[in-house]
Parts: sequence; structure tokens; C-alpha cells
Amino acid sequence: MRLKLVPDQTNINFMGPWRITFGLSALLMVLSTVVFFAVGLNFGIDFQGGTSIRTQGTQAIDVGSYRDAITPLNLGDVSISEVFDPTYAADQHVATVRIQSIGDAESVTPEVLAQVEAALVGVDPTLTFTSVESVGPKVSGELVQEAIIAVIAALCSVLIYIWLRFEWQFALGAVAALLHDIILTIGVFSILQIKFDLAIIAALLTIVGYSLNDTVVVFDRVRENLIKFKKRTLEDVLNLSLNETLSRTLMTSVTTLIALIALFVLGGDVIRGFVFAMIWGVLVGTWSSVYVAAVIVKRLGVRRDLGKGGDKPGTQFATAP
Amino acid sequence: MLQISLWKRALIVLLCLAALVYATPNLFYDRVERHNDAVLAMEAGQDTPELQAERSLWPDWAPSYLINLGLDLRGGAHLLAEVHVSDVYADRIDALWPEVRDLLLNERAIVGGVRRMPSDDPGVLIIAVSNADGLDHAFEIVQSLSRPMQTLTGIGQQDLEITRDQSQIRITLSEAERLATDDRTMAQSLEIIRRRVDEVGTREPTILRQGTDRILIQVPGIGSADELKALIGTTARLTFHPVIGTTRDPNETAGLRQVIHPSADDEGQFYILEQTPVVTGEQLVDAQPDFDQNGRPAVSFRFNPAGARAFGLYTAENIGSPFAIVLDDKVISAPVIQSHIPGGSGIITGRFSVEESTNLAVLLRAGALPAQMTFLEERTIGPELGQDSIDAGKIAAVVAMSLVLVYMVLSYGLFGMFANIALLFNVAMIFAILSLIGGTLTLPGIAGIVLTIGMAVDANVLIFERIREELRTARGTARAIELGYEKAMSAIVDANITTFITAAILFALGSGPVRGFSITLGLGIITSVFAALFVARLILVIWYQHRRPKTITI
Repeated sequence: MRLKLVPDQTNINFMGPWRITFGLSALLMVLSTVVFFAVGLNFGIDFQGGTSIRTQGTQAIDVGSYRDAITPLNLGDVSISEVFDPTYAADQHVATVRIQSIGDAESVTPEVLAQVEAALVGVDPTLTFTSVESVGPKVSGELVQEAIIAVIAALCSVLIYIWLRFEWQFALGAVAALLHDIILTIGVFSILQIKFDLAIIAALLTIVGYSLNDTVVVFDRVRENLIKFKKRTLEDVLNLSLNETLSRTLMTSVTTLIALIALFVLGGDVIRGFVFAMIWGVLVGTWSSVYVAAVIVKRLGVRRDLGKGGDKPGTQFATAP
Repeated sequence: MLQISLWKRALIVLLCLAALVYATPNLFYDRVERHNDAVLAMEAGQDTPELQAERSLWPDWAPSYLINLGLDLRGGAHLLAEVHVSDVYADRIDALWPEVRDLLLNERAIVGGVRRMPSDDPGVLIIAVSNADGLDHAFEIVQSLSRPMQTLTGIGQQDLEITRDQSQIRITLSEAERLATDDRTMAQSLEIIRRRVDEVGTREPTILRQGTDRILIQVPGIGSADELKALIGTTARLTFHPVIGTTRDPNETAGLRQVIHPSADDEGQFYILEQTPVVTGEQLVDAQPDFDQNGRPAVSFRFNPAGARAFGLYTAENIGSPFAIVLDDKVISAPVIQSHIPGGSGIITGRFSVEESTNLAVLLRAGALPAQMTFLEERTIGPELGQDSIDAGKIAAVVAMSLVLVYMVLSYGLFGMFANIALLFNVAMIFAILSLIGGTLTLPGIAGIVLTIGMAVDANVLIFERIREELRTARGTARAIELGYEKAMSAIVDANITTFITAAILFALGSGPVRGFSITLGLGIITSVFAALFVARLILVIWYQHRRPKTITI
């Protein structure tokens, strides 16, 4: 007996309630944008500059006494947070101390660092400093720029590739789905105030890759069915294709999620934010291939006289429309 | 689709075996690493029983390529430094001034007195002459100092840009010369940083030029970024100057061609020195940590023949007068010359700790940096944190892998097993290729591999689902499998190419950990497509040809 997520034949009307599903996506996107502008992201030092010190000791952490120890140093805005993780040993207490950047170009002076470390050791003599990272504002500004360029470049090249391989309606649908995923991810990071750093940009681009993977598989089937069922309406063909690929879509999402959840639970706190972004991305990416990309293709319509001639599915390659 | 020619089969099997063989050393990381270190040390000429023992931890004939562990996994320090390339312009211009002055002094009859005017930009030399009518003549003379550029890019251009107005002549380096100077400064800085880092002998440091004026330095295994900064952030320009006098007022006006430098140890003590050094650190051939006659840490040094001659001559002529040893514009010590020092070797004493004297010796041996640096970014990762991350990543990867394997068997039965074998080879291939190309595994890279494990089965899922569909239309099992592969192909190709595009963009635009992640992601895409289209298919085909099943359940 096989484990099956969906029965062999499904006939779900994906396109029917498109007003509700697409509306939900649109609403979430608006909400994400509002939260992003109202609350903003919790930028890590990569993007904001500053110094982040990770401490580890055997005594329980009292954030207040840490703060009292550092306040006399007059370092401006200091944020201290304890880090919890199921993988830690019982007497392993980890915190991060973050200091805003002072000065304009330099990262941090060794004197300031030594002062902070001495002050903290005064609170808990068992403390060790397992990582110290410092980014000057000059570099962090450039990192923001680079990250934005990377995301835009990824979107543009995807747009072009899908346009070449399918049609422009598909390319627009795919890119809209990707934008949807990115905006929703930024939204959830704004709401939950998870640290947003360079690694999250990598996660964002991976989400782009994953969501695209999903969208392309659906589109591929739509392309095939458009040729096979010339008489049926576009809505019918889209529904049919989504139903036919449903089993695969869920199967791949589940295997990917299994791997990611294992990493989320067991992979340690350092990459938890990163893995969270990817789990979220797989969920919204799967949703958006169906309810954003396909819906947009339906609204834009597709010319049905294409695909005549030698366009055999499975053997074609980069045939520009 | 169900026919695979013999040579293809052989090739696929060979590639899989090679992947296993080259991935294996990573399972015994510590042993292989110690073996490799021992081999390196023995090649460098050392040979001790300990090294022999270390070497025998791993057989010599076996492959010993390992994946480099990134800083976030191994622990170490990361610095991004900006080199003040314009410092060098000022040095060049300063060095030009005596030359200009001497030239114009010869023409005193026409140009009158020559003065260097204060300039806002230290890279500009402004000269005024007291005889206004002589300015034309002075301008002509100064222009003779400019030489055509010798570098390839600067052909046809002059190295100096000389302009004049009513009363002054301005001399500055030309744009082409500045670019050429920047390049030289960067090359020198890189070389000297490399020498300094190599001197302390840590493993596989990364020292890269980034952009026009930045240097990225990553040193695994070093305790902290501060340590690294102390090592490479010091300019270490050593000079020996005649002492004119001492003062406690730093603002005292020094005479012509004289400078005031503070004492390194004695707060408030300043020395007035002759500006031109007798000898400089460039003429050193060796420097070693040492102790003086009182047992205090010191640094002994030796000059090259030219330096030794200059030093010997000067000491012979100036017995009884003080002599300043200056490091980065601070006077370390100013001993009185007791006797003629002919051999060209000496000792620097000061208030050093043993560590400081060792460091100074390293710096002096490696040479001075041509310009100052500021640090824009610095990161220290402790080795414990890295080890924690590796352990957590390992467990997560094993658990993720096992869950995916079980899930595949539950969903696809025997076919799931085929996909699983392909998945195992897939992971082996990623590790083998990363080892062979000397790739670096970072923490996001581990995440990339775990993600690949999840996504790698996608191609097989596409194929299996398609075979299921084709089986329903029942045209025989062989035909169904064939069609399954055929029809799934375009989806596999398109889906993987688009993902690969994003990996490529991450690689091109990203830096540091992001780049590490893009490499594992990109490799994972290639190997997973190979594993699905060749490895899993080969297994399937062999099984099919042996069994010739009438019906298959998938």
C-alpha cells in the first residue's frame, strides 16, 4: 500500500474561487507592505552597521544586570537578548549584545570591545565570547545595495528565461508570484521581528528559486495541455493541469519541508532565522504557483494558435515564441 | 529510454564510484587533515617521529582532498580593510619637494627664494618664488621633472600634472600616475599582509583584493580579529634618525628638515629629529626576538650591505651623540652611540613584552605597509561556536536524509528505493566535487545541502508521477516508463535551469556566506539532475531488464 497525499484523480476547481484566493494574496501583500513601512525590519548588523557580541556562560542570564554593566560605558543604543535553543546543554546560556555603530567608517575599536567584554565578565565570570562581529556603516550601506541588486537581477533573468521558454503571460505570472513570495516573506519578518541579515537574502533568493521551480512545473503542464486540448477553455486547461500536477506539487513540498523542519529543530539557533525564511518560502511558494501565477495567466489570456509545428513536449528546447 | 549503451553505463558507474571515493576523506576529517598537515610539514623539510605518526593516520595512496570549512564553522577572524591609497600620493609629493628646491636653488639669480606653501590637499605641492618675474622660468624648470609614464595603461601620459597661476606653481600626480600608484600600493599591501600572516603560520588564510582599495582577510583558527588587526594593521615603518634635541612641548617649531616625534613609552616626551633617516627598515634583512643584556625582551636586526655601510659610517662619525629608532612615527628608543658599529647588526630595546618583541620582529621581517588601513568590517567566530554549528548541521542533515528516504519508500515503494540510492550518490557527489574544487563549506552551505536533499527527489518525483499517469492509459509498462521520462523532461529542464539561474546570480553578486551557499545550491542542482536522469534511471533499467515485469506498481 502506497502512501498517497492525494487520490489518483482529483477534480478540484482551483480557478473557480479565484476572487477569494487572489484577493487573500493581495490583502496579505498589502498588509505586509503596511507592516514593513510601519514597523520595519529588524535589520542585523550586516545592513545597519554596529557590533554584535555573542556570549556564552554557565550562569543563567539576567538581561537587566548585563544592561547595568554596559550602560556606564555610554555606547548609545545597546540591545541585549537571550538566545534559547533546544540543542543547548542545561548550563549553556547564550545571549547576544548589540551595539550601534559609532563613528562613520571604522567598524569598532579594540578598546571599546575590551571595555564591553570586561564589563560583562564582571557580571558573569564564566562568560566566553564565542563570536564578535562588527560592520562599519560604510560597508553595511553597500551590502544593502548589493542585496537589492541581487534580488532584482534574479527576478529579471527569470522573467527573460520564462518569456523565452513560454510566453510573456507566463513570465508575468511567474514574476508576480515571486514578488508575492518576497513581499510576504518581508512581511512576516517585519511582524515577527526576526533578525534580517545577509543570510536571509540568500534565503529569499532560494525561495525565488523554489517557487519558480513549482510554477514552471505547472506551466510546463499547461503548455502541454493547451496543445492537447485545443477545444477546452483556458480555465479548464489550467484546472486540469493543476490537478494533474497536484500530487507532485505536494510530494515535493513535503519532502522539502521534512528536510527544512529537521534543520529548523536540530540545526542550531545560528541559522534558525534562515531556515524559517525557507520554510515560509516553500509554503507561500507552493500557494503562489497555484493562486497567483496561474490566476494571472488566466486573466491575461493566452493565444491558442501557438505551439503548432514541431513543438513536441519533452524534446523542445529554448524555442522563442 | 530503456536502452542505455554499455559505455554510458560504465561512465555512470565510474562517476558514482569516483564520487564515493572522493567524498570519503570528509568522513574522517580530523585524521585526513592531520595527515595533510604532516605531509606539508615533511615536504617543507621537517621529519620527526610525531610527523611520521600523524602522516600514517591516513594512507598516502588514498585521496586526501577535503572540503574547506568556512570561518563560521571552523572559527577564526575575518577583516575587511580599506587601504588609504592616497597616503602614498602625499609621500611621493613630499619626496619631490627637496628635488624641486634643489633645482630652483641653482637658478636663484632668476627666480629668487623658493618657498613651499601650505596646501589643503597633502597630495599637492604648491611652490612660490620671491621673484615674480622668474615664475615663468621656474615653471619651465619644474616641468622638466615630469617624466613620461612607463606603464602600459599610461603610455603617452606624464606622471606629474604641473599647473601655474599668477604667483604659484602647483604640482600633483597625474590621474594615470595615481591609478598606477594605487595598483602598486595595493599589490604591495597584499604581499606584505600575506607575508605577515604566513609568518605566524596559520592554515589557509584568504587574502583577496576587493574593488579598488579594499582587502579581505580571512584567517581560520586565529583567536580574534583584534589579534589579526594588531598583526596587519600596523604600518611598521622603521627608521633610524639623528637626534637634534628633546622637548616636552609637541607644538615647538622644528627647524628646516626636522620633525618632532613622541616617545613610545614616555608620555609627554618628544624628540626633535633630522627628517631624513640614516637607514630605514627597507634595508633590513633579518629581525629576531631577542633579549638585551639585562634580560629584557628586545629585537635584534641585521642590515643588508648598503644599510650596514650607511649605519657603520654614521656610527663611526657620531660616537657619543644620541640616535633615535622610530617605528611608525614614534620613538621606541634613543640610545647614545657608544662605539662604531661596523657589522650592520644591532638590537632594539624598549619596554616590550615578549609577545610584543616577537610581533615586532615579525613585522620588521615582513616589511612595512606602504599605506595605512582602516577596518570596515571585522568578525570573530569562536571555534566552539563553529563546532556546535557543525554538530547541529550533521545531526540535522542525517535526520533530514533519513526522513526523506523513508518517505520516498512509503510513497513509491521499490521506485522510491531507486530514487533513494540516487539521492545517496547525489550527496556523495556534492561532497566529492566540493572537495576536489577546494570549495568552502559555510553554515548556510550546510543549509543548502539539506535543502538539496529535500529538493533533489523532485526530478524523480516528476518522473514517477508521470509514469503513474501513463500507466493509467495502459500501453504496457515499458512504454509507460519511457513516456514518463520523456514527458517529464521539459519540466525538469526548465525548473532546474531557472533555479540554477538564481544560484548563479547569488554566486556572482553575493559575498561571504551567501556565496558559499550559492555554490552548494548550484552544485546540488547539477548533481540532482544527474542523479535522477542517469543514476536512478540506470538502476531502474537494470531492474526492469532482469525482471521484465508485466505490471508495475508505483
